[in-house]
Amino acid sequence: MMETTPKKSFITMDMMKGSILGAAKKLNPLYMMKNPVMFVVEIGFLLVLLLTVSPTILGTEAGPHDRLYNAIVAAILFVTILFSNFAESIAEGRGKAQVQTLKKTKTVTQARVLLADGSEVMKEAHELTKGEIVLVYAGEVIPNDGEVVDGIATVDESAITGESAPVVKERGGDFSSVTGGTTVTSDWLKIKITSLPGESFLDKMISLIEGASRKKTPNEIALNTLLVSLTIVFVLVVVTLYPMTVFLKVHIPIATFIALTVCLIPTTIGGLLSAIGIAGMGRVTQFNVIAMSGRAVEACGDVDTLILDKTGTITYGNRMASEFFPVQHVHQKELIRAAWLSSLTDDTPEGKSILSLAQKLSVDASDKETIIQSSEHIPFTAQTRMSGLTMPDGTTVRKGAYDTIKNESLKAGYPLPEDLEKLVHQVSSAGGTPLVVAKNSRILGVIYLKDVVKSGLKERFEQLRAMGIKTIMCTGDNPLTAAAIAKEAGVDGFIAESKPEDKIQVIKEEQALGKIVAMTGDGTNDAPALAQANVGLAMNSGTNAAKEAANMVDLDSNPTKIIEIVEIGKKLLMTRGALTTFSISNDVAKYFAIIPAMLMAAIPEMDVLNIMNLASPTSAILAALLFNAVIIPLLIPVAIKGVNYEPMSASKLLNKNLLIYGLGGMITPFIGIKLIDMILSPILPMIGL
Amino acid sequence: MWQIAIILAIYLPLVILAGHYLFRVTMHQKTFLDPVLDKADRLIYKISGIKQENMTGKQYVLALILSNACMIFVGYVLLRIQSVLFLNPNGIGNMEATLSFNTIISFMTNTNLQHYSGESGLSYLSQMLVITFMMFTSAATGYAACMAFCRRLVAKTDTIGNFFVDFVRVITRVLMPLSVGVALLLVSQGSPQTLSGNQTVETIEGKMQDIALGPVASLESIKHVGTNGGGFNGANSTTPFENPTAISNIIEILSMMLLPGACVVAFSLMAARRKKNTLFGKQGLAIFSAMAALFLIGLTVIYAAEQAGNPIIDSLGINQELGSMEGKEMRFGIPQSVLFTAVTTAFTTGSVNNMHDTLTPVGGLVAMFNMMLNVVFGGKGVGLMNMMMYVLLTIFIACLMIGRTPQFLGKKIEEKEMKLIALCILIHPAIILLFSALAVATAAGSGGITNPGAHGLSQVLYEYASASANNGSGFEGLSDNSYFWNITTGLAMFFGRYLPIIIQLAVASLLAKKMWHSDSTGTLKTDNAMFSFLLAAIVLLIGALTFLPALALGPITEHLQIHR
Repeated sequence: MMETTPKKSFITMDMMKGSILGAAKKLNPLYMMKNPVMFVVEIGFLLVLLLTVSPTILGTEAGPHDRLYNAIVAAILFVTILFSNFAESIAEGRGKAQVQTLKKTKTVTQARVLLADGSEVMKEAHELTKGEIVLVYAGEVIPNDGEVVDGIATVDESAITGESAPVVKERGGDFSSVTGGTTVTSDWLKIKITSLPGESFLDKMISLIEGASRKKTPNEIALNTLLVSLTIVFVLVVVTLYPMTVFLKVHIPIATFIALTVCLIPTTIGGLLSAIGIAGMGRVTQFNVIAMSGRAVEACGDVDTLILDKTGTITYGNRMASEFFPVQHVHQKELIRAAWLSSLTDDTPEGKSILSLAQKLSVDASDKETIIQSSEHIPFTAQTRMSGLTMPDGTTVRKGAYDTIKNESLKAGYPLPEDLEKLVHQVSSAGGTPLVVAKNSRILGVIYLKDVVKSGLKERFEQLRAMGIKTIMCTGDNPLTAAAIAKEAGVDGFIAESKPEDKIQVIKEEQALGKIVAMTGDGTNDAPALAQANVGLAMNSGTNAAKEAANMVDLDSNPTKIIEIVEIGKKLLMTRGALTTFSISNDVAKYFAIIPAMLMAAIPEMDVLNIMNLASPTSAILAALLFNAVIIPLLIPVAIKGVNYEPMSASKLLNKNLLIYGLGGMITPFIGIKLIDMILSPILPMIGL
Repeated sequence: MWQIAIILAIYLPLVILAGHYLFRVTMHQKTFLDPVLDKADRLIYKISGIKQENMTGKQYVLALILSNACMIFVGYVLLRIQSVLFLNPNGIGNMEATLSFNTIISFMTNTNLQHYSGESGLSYLSQMLVITFMMFTSAATGYAACMAFCRRLVAKTDTIGNFFVDFVRVITRVLMPLSVGVALLLVSQGSPQTLSGNQTVETIEGKMQDIALGPVASLESIKHVGTNGGGFNGANSTTPFENPTAISNIIEILSMMLLPGACVVAFSLMAARRKKNTLFGKQGLAIFSAMAALFLIGLTVIYAAEQAGNPIIDSLGINQELGSMEGKEMRFGIPQSVLFTAVTTAFTTGSVNNMHDTLTPVGGLVAMFNMMLNVVFGGKGVGLMNMMMYVLLTIFIACLMIGRTPQFLGKKIEEKEMKLIALCILIHPAIILLFSALAVATAAGSGGITNPGAHGLSQVLYEYASASANNGSGFEGLSDNSYFWNITTGLAMFFGRYLPIIIQLAVASLLAKKMWHSDSTGTLKTDNAMFSFLLAAIVLLIGALTFLPALALGPITEHLQIHR
């Protein structure tokens, strides 16, 4: 769960140190080439550095102060590159911390392999192959992913999920898969290994988090293309500007041309783009979800339809007794007492909820212990479809499905109470599950078992609707019950009496309508649907087949999380869009700073365009360049945390972000450049500029 | 002012009407001319062996390029041997090689940049068989490309439409009827339409003057209807025979504006095809509004600049109350002159009714900037295609801002498309800036520049902006009939025309093949006022950022210097 993850501070001293070192390492031109925008800055830096050492090397005349001016420009360009690399290092640093913890869990060296004849052999963990059976005792670490074939034990999965409470693992069902690297805390398990060494879930996780920085996501590549072409345009603008100034006999230092280039190319987004991507993937991991690819995270932002299981996702897994409805001529007290009796030895959550409701309605519970000890307990089975107890005096008390109890009662020769059917129907149509109670086969009334919708979900679905996302609920319930729950939860549609195979049908239908579909699932029979969905989130507690088919795995096994993941996906894309807009908008102010400054010496009339009233051409150019550098570290927190996101309609969201990042991006540099100019203008004359 | 307002008010209903007609022609729906033209078309298909099969995007582009190449070849030969051919009453000689190259590219690319003067450089045969013929075919090529592009945006397949069929239908159903009508209107205003030679008359001053005649009205109509712009005479629509009256001026303005705007309406109707009885369609309206806003901004600026007059001339004692009338015709005045200039550069026609060289610096800047953007309606179909590149770019950025991967009309814009879109947006500024830099840096180039300083640079920028945008108007003043200028502008026109068309159709093909995704409240609305605003802002921002430094050295410096 989210709450159990320790809240990490944004950046620690350790990370800071590592990042600065990392930033320096990334100055290697071969590495820089991967980021063309910053690579252009680096080339510019090297050129200006050359001009600092030898101001006349490019055949241009040099004034007395050109060397110093070039040196300052070179220094600012260097810092710009460093800032961008620093942002990337910080983003990586946050992922690395997580990898470290994961790697610590990979300490198993020996495994106890059970041979066919029953003898035990110790084997190196990395030699284990698929299909081998290993025996793991309490206190030992499970060597690799597998399925429990025998035994029942508690397993501490905190290494992977961060959830400290141990989980019970046993053969069969949804709790049979175990993950390598987790620890058995009680008893023993016989496990059939299902993955090859080096290909376990843990290995995949480590390589995914480590590799997050290596593989660009499709949208990131597309945006990068745009940035590269903008860079080419601006390089062209400046390169062609040079002969034009020569034609007009306007002398401008080469360093100023380079400063103009760097200010115009989208360095802000170019410098932060990879940090945004790494941090975006990191947000998913921090959320205890492993995304198999960046594409999946981006697809999350596009989801149109969410397919959710009712049980466990929309409602709490258990139903709770909420009311007792006696049939005609039966007193309420009598029904409550019978219901209470029938549940005395019932350990299911439903049974417990009946007891507590009965006690709340002040049932006579004085003889509780005696009855429990003396009566025969009749557990629920799939065949009988009812449970209860038989008291020493032969009195039978049963509760169960309507059909079963009805038949039982009719067999015993009782007439069916006239209003029974009405009551059952009433409970069903309210979204509840009716349990019929009978004493000595005489029907007394109905217990209303209510499905409790998780709190806050209704609002969540409303937000989703505002975002244009449709929710469809899948449930095994009858249409009447399903409709009632659907209404209560506020989902847009539901599929009643659905079998796992129905899900894939729904997904295909939605996709045919042009929708992007997300779903959660855990069972093996969910696997095809998980694979068919555009975004499939498998529960870590689920079967390996489901995990293989999905493109994301939730380590906390909390199906409601899919909603948050959609938001994470959106946030990732939004951060890119917002900073791109900001970066391009910035150029307007930079033009007003640099163009008049460049031309003022030759064309004094240009002063009219110096609307910021900057002190001198030199301070104007340096202020713009400095602003360009400083804005990168200032935006690192936005890049890494992502821009704020509140669910709302696309149009509202666009207006809001345009106002903040578009208009804001236009105004901010005017203020920033002016401020830097005010600081620089007294200093520059002192050093002779 | 009221003149401008009235013309624009007449334009709106006309463009919607024309848009509906163009939509019907594009989608092969019934039109009132079908009974006659179906037979004519069938005859043409039969004679030319056109099979009317649907083409893939690749086949379509190939057909377009090859048919254009054939026309370029034949046209070039005709220009080179025109002196020995018939219909040459004025005894015009053969055209020089680089000038022929420039001229033929110029007319095939719908640019109509003229480094020659029609009355002294072309025989009547060349005027009709090369110039007027290409005015039809180049416009038809542009519209055909646009049809293919729009169809692919709304279709779910890439195999749709046949180039030759589109090409023929545009000529027979749109260009022919319109230009016949416009030609007759112009004749009514006094434009000559004759095959007799030039007349030499004695003027009232007692001197002899050659009066250039010829089939003027027929060329004049397609010159504007097809947003071609190449004049019969060197002085283009300033001459009384090409543009006799204020009424003819209005007719010419409206015919330039009609089809580029109608393309947007037609696209809009295609995009909204599920809804019956749409007047305009929201998607196109959003794009149309953005274009109109950019157009009106430019028009306002140029009107204010010209009306304000030139302070230097004012200081010479010449009254500027009428505005800056230098180089303008008295019969048009400031309003009809600036409207013509704004329209001819925004709709990339290239005909002129006043000398753009003598516009005030800011007025010249607007004319130049319209061509540098090349999306403010733009010419003959390609203007819409250019704008669509910006639409896709705007969508890309806006979609990211709302946290969705970019999508337009249900198709995702991904890496491949983005590469092509970025390249396409890059081509136009690259051509203008690189050639301008080359011109000012070389002796061959700067030799043609006739003005010193900032205005000289403006001349160069204007020439290449005009060439690359396939506009064709000249700042004039440039002595541009030299090897350097003929070849470089020829290349600028060629690349400025064909590279974008190829890339744009490739983008449309890619989108056509994609899975379709539905729209919801969570997807970006691309058909509302907000989007129009954003689109216009991005066009302006990218345009301003790209061209501002060069413009600062040219017209802006000029402006600041005369207002010192």
